[in-house]
Amino acid sequence: MRKKLRIISSLIAVLGVLALGATACGSDDSSSGGGGALTMAIVAPSASDDLAFSQSMVDSVNALDRDITVQVTDGTFIVEDAAAAIRGYAEDGVDVIVAHGTQFGASLAEIAPDFPDTTFVWGTATDTQGLDNVFAYAPAADEGGYVNGVVAAAISETGIIGVVGPVEAGDAVAYINGFVTAAEAGGATVNVTYTGSFGDVALAAEAAEAHLANNADVLTGTAQMVVGAVGVASDAGVPWFGTQSNQTSLDPDLVVASQVYHWEFALEEMLQLRDNGTKGGQTFEINLANGGLVIEFNDGFELSDDVKAAADAAIAGIIDGSIDTGA
Amino acid sequence: MSDFFTSSVLVATFASAIRLATPYLLASLGETIGQRSGVLNLGVDGVMLLSAFFSYWTVLQTGNLWLAVVVALAVGIIMGVLYGIITVFFEATQGISGIGIFIFGLGFSDLMFRQQVGTPKPVQRLPSVDIPVLADIPYIGEPLFQRSLLTYLAFALVPLTFLLLNKTTFGLNIRSVGENPQAADSLGVSVERTRFAAILIGNSLAGLAGAALVLQLGIFQPNLTQGMGFIAVALVYFGAWRPLGVMGGALLYGLVNATVLQWKSLGIIPVSISDLAGMAPAIVTIGALILLARRVNAPAALTKPFSRH
Repeated sequence: MRKKLRIISSLIAVLGVLALGATACGSDDSSSGGGGALTMAIVAPSASDDLAFSQSMVDSVNALDRDITVQVTDGTFIVEDAAAAIRGYAEDGVDVIVAHGTQFGASLAEIAPDFPDTTFVWGTATDTQGLDNVFAYAPAADEGGYVNGVVAAAISETGIIGVVGPVEAGDAVAYINGFVTAAEAGGATVNVTYTGSFGDVALAAEAAEAHLANNADVLTGTAQMVVGAVGVASDAGVPWFGTQSNQTSLDPDLVVASQVYHWEFALEEMLQLRDNGTKGGQTFEINLANGGLVIEFNDGFELSDDVKAAADAAIAGIIDGSIDTGA
Repeated sequence: MSDFFTSSVLVATFASAIRLATPYLLASLGETIGQRSGVLNLGVDGVMLLSAFFSYWTVLQTGNLWLAVVVALAVGIIMGVLYGIITVFFEATQGISGIGIFIFGLGFSDLMFRQQVGTPKPVQRLPSVDIPVLADIPYIGEPLFQRSLLTYLAFALVPLTFLLLNKTTFGLNIRSVGENPQAADSLGVSVERTRFAAILIGNSLAGLAGAALVLQLGIFQPNLTQGMGFIAVALVYFGAWRPLGVMGGALLYGLVNATVLQWKSLGIIPVSISDLAGMAPAIVTIGALILLARRVNAPAALTKPFSRH
């Protein structure tokens, strides 16, 4: 009997691990097949269709105009799992591996030197840790934050705006700083709440509720947990500004605009360098000027011509350097 | 700080605390019943995830919120049957089995979400139901009597669970098999059946907790619970295996969370220590656990499989 119960216990655990494994490996897809195709892999911390950080990279890789085969391991919120996936892809001979998460840096520092022929792409990060087969990338998220902040301050009637952030790090803090700079310059008071979690949807929803209780009539936020906050904004009929991916589908009537990351601009440059023999060692930034960041307005939300003009002026000012986003 | 002590902000904070506490309360009450029978279930989080997903999926497909609640309940019962067979009839180690259930729930809900839904899509949320007269009471009307039916059910289950455990023969059986299963067995109480029934009730409530969470939010994401089920297990210890204590723990946890969020929103907690302040609910809970652990004993047969041999 004891043997039996051990077997059953083990079976349950194995079932769970298999389900997790199937999930992690289940989203393999390919842009195109073919024997000579470049092989790429993405290791991302959240779901590949999270309408936020991870989806922005998956969409960007799929948008590359190249003959590539893409594999995705997502949901690796545990860094050790991500490290295992990165090493696994490298051992399988994948040409380019995208480690999409600042938190994967330490793992990459251990793994990358073991695979000198593999190109590792890591972000968001502003340096390559001195590794010559690592490209780093980061978004100038403050720029889109600034543009969103200009519009938010213009449409707020109470003059109070709520921001729901995850932890004070990376592109989240850049986006929020840019947003706050612009919104405060527009005369609004901005209340910022970092929930302390990238994934806690319930806490993000309650953070949004707290902002509404404090008279905020416009909300924004960043990271994958904001879907909870968007739900609160929807129920309250409060406009929402998105970032990382286009979040209009979450509420086609109330999402005003989204800053969308188009990593493909940086990725294409990296791949060209790789084609010419440079496997890493450089850092890239996507921004409004190089087209890596795009403010996508929702046609379903009516903005006055004045507000649109202010947004366009902000974009032009950031690109020509006449506007300081405060980041 | 004065901004916090305005009636509208205090009411909103209390309402937030109630919302946050509801899933914990449902799951903890269920776990209380299970633990009083001697069965520890570390798989609560996995059951919550599974029921949350299937509940969400049901609303997405049918638009019927109450069918979604029934589905969540059914998922809880199915997982309860599975866990009962493993731990009661096969006498498997409860800790390991529970972790297995958790990992299965985490992985399978994630897999199903990707296969059946993909990109998060909002669904309708549980409507609030105003209780006539009471809902209009200043200050307490909004947070207490303008809530969803699942919230009312969660709080109504506190006295019901107390009555079940302390005033019924079935409750006496639960407590006896949790304290001394051999003695209960010698008196003719079926330890297996009693524990199995307690597990079924516990998992059903974990299922309802998953439904309460996802239908409050109106959206599902992989790993939606973020470890709520484990906190629910801790709250049982916090509440000293008593329904009222468990409710106190859930409310305290929700209130500390809600207060921290309000203080962050009002700028009372500076952004620079924001992450540190986010740990407050866990610190308060752990502190209380340390204080309580010396005063209250767990059911004597907790985690111990029963065998006549």
